[in-house]
Amino acid sequence: MEARAKLIDVAAFLDRVDRASGPGDFRWTALRGALAELASEKSGRAERVLLALSDPTLEPLAAAPGKGAAGAWPGKSA
Amino acid sequence: MRYIEPHGHMVSRVTDDYVNMVTAGCAAVCEPAFWAGFDRSSPDGFFDYFKQLTEYEPKRAAKFGLPHYCWLCINPKESEDVRLAEEVIALIPQFLNAPGVLGIGEIGLNKNSRNELKVLEMHIDLAARHDQLILVHTPHLEDKWKGTKLILDALKNDRRVKPERVIVDHVEEHTVKLVLDAGHWGGMTLYPESKCTAARAIDILDTMGTDRLWMNSACDWGVSVPLAVPYAALEMRKRGYTPGQIDQFVFGNPARFMSQTAKFKMPE
Ligand SMILES: [Zn+2]
Repeated sequence: MEARAKLIDVAAFLDRVDRASGPGDFRWTALRGALAELASEKSGRAERVLLALSDPTLEPLAAAPGKGAAGAWPGKSA
Repeated sequence: MRYIEPHGHMVSRVTDDYVNMVTAGCAAVCEPAFWAGFDRSSPDGFFDYFKQLTEYEPKRAAKFGLPHYCWLCINPKESEDVRLAEEVIALIPQFLNAPGVLGIGEIGLNKNSRNELKVLEMHIDLAARHDQLILVHTPHLEDKWKGTKLILDALKNDRRVKPERVIVDHVEEHTVKLVLDAGHWGGMTLYPESKCTAARAIDILDTMGTDRLWMNSACDWGVSVPLAVPYAALEMRKRGYTPGQIDQFVFGNPARFMSQTAKFKMPE
């Protein structure tokens, strides 16, 4: 029941974004990419969703851009 | 049921939270130094905070028979200013003999910047020089995997660090194995928003085993649940863990890690 409710929540969120206007967002692209893991037959989905949303680089940043996090990695260009 | 809350920012909580925690079976609470939600403007702000953690807060908890311990540092969220960090770190040794100080923490990284890394190395050096336990904060969300890798490298690079005397907190499915394989302990933080849920934490136990792991609420001034650990114990019960296994995990494990310093007294 809980998974059903959460799945419908995600579906409703996707519909809500469809209804919205405005420029695109890197988090949207990242979320769409990670969503594919839900349909995967292979175990380890939670770990792969987390990795899909993570900064995969290992070079420290020159300076901290504020304190907060966005939820997804904007990519090297950001 | 008895349990230990190994990571609670109690200075941000109301007294009723102490009442509820003790009622739920809390036998000891441990409070790592944290960001106040705003940047402190000088080392004096930290001096007062360290006094609060080592003197006032233990007294407030003692009114309910609850032993209160703490960890000292300048939090990674305030580590971009290296000069300030140096001044704050210089204040810490005078507090290390206070009876409730378990070690240096929660140090680590927040945005994985060069300055944060420099300050992390300074803290590791401080802990090594004073033979202190270490509690590490790992970054949240998209920064966690990278931050965990950088932190594990920094710990490994200082040969004085004994891995089993370091707890790396806020592990999730993509970082827990990295931390345990490096010989450290891992902390799972139960947050109602943005972090590990009780169900996911127990999934991690089911797959990784219960050795060298603990759970905490990391309750602070934000949206958080001071009773998250006993709620998660309920989830363990639903999954078929026996009362003895639950006690071993929510009480025995934190006690085992913290008993590595003589400062920690086993609760009655
Ligand atoms: Zn914390």
